[in-house]
Amino acid sequence: MFSLIRSMWLVFLHMFHKRETYQYPEEKAPLPARWRGRIALTRDPDGGERCVGCYLCAAACPVDCISLQAAEAPDGRRYPSFFRINFSRCIFCGFCEEACPTYAIQLLPDFEMAEYNRQNLVYEKEDLTINSQGKYPGYNYYKVAGMTISGKDKGEAAKEEPPVDIKSLLP
Amino acid sequence: MQQAVNYWWIIGGVLFVLLNTAAGLIWLERRMLALWQDRYGPNRAGPFGLFIVLADTIKLFFKEDWIPPFADKIVFVFAPAVVVASVLMSFAVIPFGPNVLVADFNIGLLFFLAMSSIGVYSVVLGGWASNNKYSLLGAMRGASQMISYEVFMGLALMGVVLLSGTFNLREIVEAQRGMWYIIPQFLGFVIFLIAGVAETHRLPFDIPEAESELVAGFHAEYSGMKFGMFFIGEYLGITLVSSMIVTLYFGGWLGPAFLPGVVWFILKTFVFISLFILLRASMPRPRYDQLMEYGWKVLFPLSLLNLLATAAIILILK
Repeated sequence: MFSLIRSMWLVFLHMFHKRETYQYPEEKAPLPARWRGRIALTRDPDGGERCVGCYLCAAACPVDCISLQAAEAPDGRRYPSFFRINFSRCIFCGFCEEACPTYAIQLLPDFEMAEYNRQNLVYEKEDLTINSQGKYPGYNYYKVAGMTISGKDKGEAAKEEPPVDIKSLLP
Repeated sequence: MQQAVNYWWIIGGVLFVLLNTAAGLIWLERRMLALWQDRYGPNRAGPFGLFIVLADTIKLFFKEDWIPPFADKIVFVFAPAVVVASVLMSFAVIPFGPNVLVADFNIGLLFFLAMSSIGVYSVVLGGWASNNKYSLLGAMRGASQMISYEVFMGLALMGVVLLSGTFNLREIVEAQRGMWYIIPQFLGFVIFLIAGVAETHRLPFDIPEAESELVAGFHAEYSGMKFGMFFIGEYLGITLVSSMIVTLYFGGWLGPAFLPGVVWFILKTFVFISLFILLRASMPRPRYDQLMEYGWKVLFPLSLLNLLATAAIILILK
């Protein structure tokens, strides 16, 4: 009996507590930096696309909402000729971000993507690509990878030794 | 003539205020619950979210009014009306103010008890006519709960009747000019409060509708305005029990003269309505057998003791 009255009193005291609610449209909830929201394609520090069209994100996606087509530029860089994410299917699991070897695909702290028309939830490459490096500033895949592109030969990447000349006996 | 017109004004006014109170309680309850749960509750539509009442009412009116094919149609339609009618009838005897009174019955208190007994019919008939096992279970629980709690509700009230020597609610209020009956009849007040919660089958004693066990209990099959009638009946019931508590134990419309009697009555009633909501916010629902055990093994002997002690003290003082 006493505990009942005590609990009534404690509940009554909640009258003077701060309310937990965020008045959402006016007052936004603080989203952590690692929030898994809208998916974006980031750019490298030079402004080029990071995506190399390896299909790993599409393969990792559990709901198959990513579709893309890889292509190769004349300078040897690979890029997606189209990149499409159907956000009406996306479950924001972040597997694509984990799968991405070039930090291209990233999930942003933004969830306000509601649309009246379902078709508007299909984002094309132009809608996905953002003018930012996202969570990995300074990372440039072609600068650290051993891949040859025009203007950068083997062994010219950052932290890369020049290739060993196996035809020569000299040390 | 003037007298008759006055009566109509009072009846109309009481009906208007009561029905609006019952609707407004939807808003009040949600806001108060939210306040005690560190939320806001409905605060978007209109000032302080008050228009939620309007929205809810419109929604209820436009919902499909469906009678299940397996239901007992006449009784099914009749049951929700009973609860509202019986509760509204009880309000006839309550003195809201010095002259604001619909019917000055000399058996007012008995009339209240009779009407709250009739309210049981709506639960039983509603659950029975729905022809659904959950409804029936809810109705059975409701019937036994309300009937058994009515027993010592009546017994608890007898203390007040002994003290004031009348069943007339207006005279009971007048008799409290010296001292509110909450002081000599504290035990009676507690028993009446608990019995009142059980009588209106409000939380924590919402066992007839216990949604986690019985879906919605006796009104599981009801929709639209028929459900609305049960809903309004429940809120009217809260108002009724609160105003009965105020009338019987807290001096009704009596209070310092700087406010008119009706305002005192409304203020005191509001406090008890809030107490009902606080009960809902803080109490877990007891098991069914616990409820009956508590009623018959604790409250019933207590109310008898209260009655005996009150009677003995009155005899000695005489």
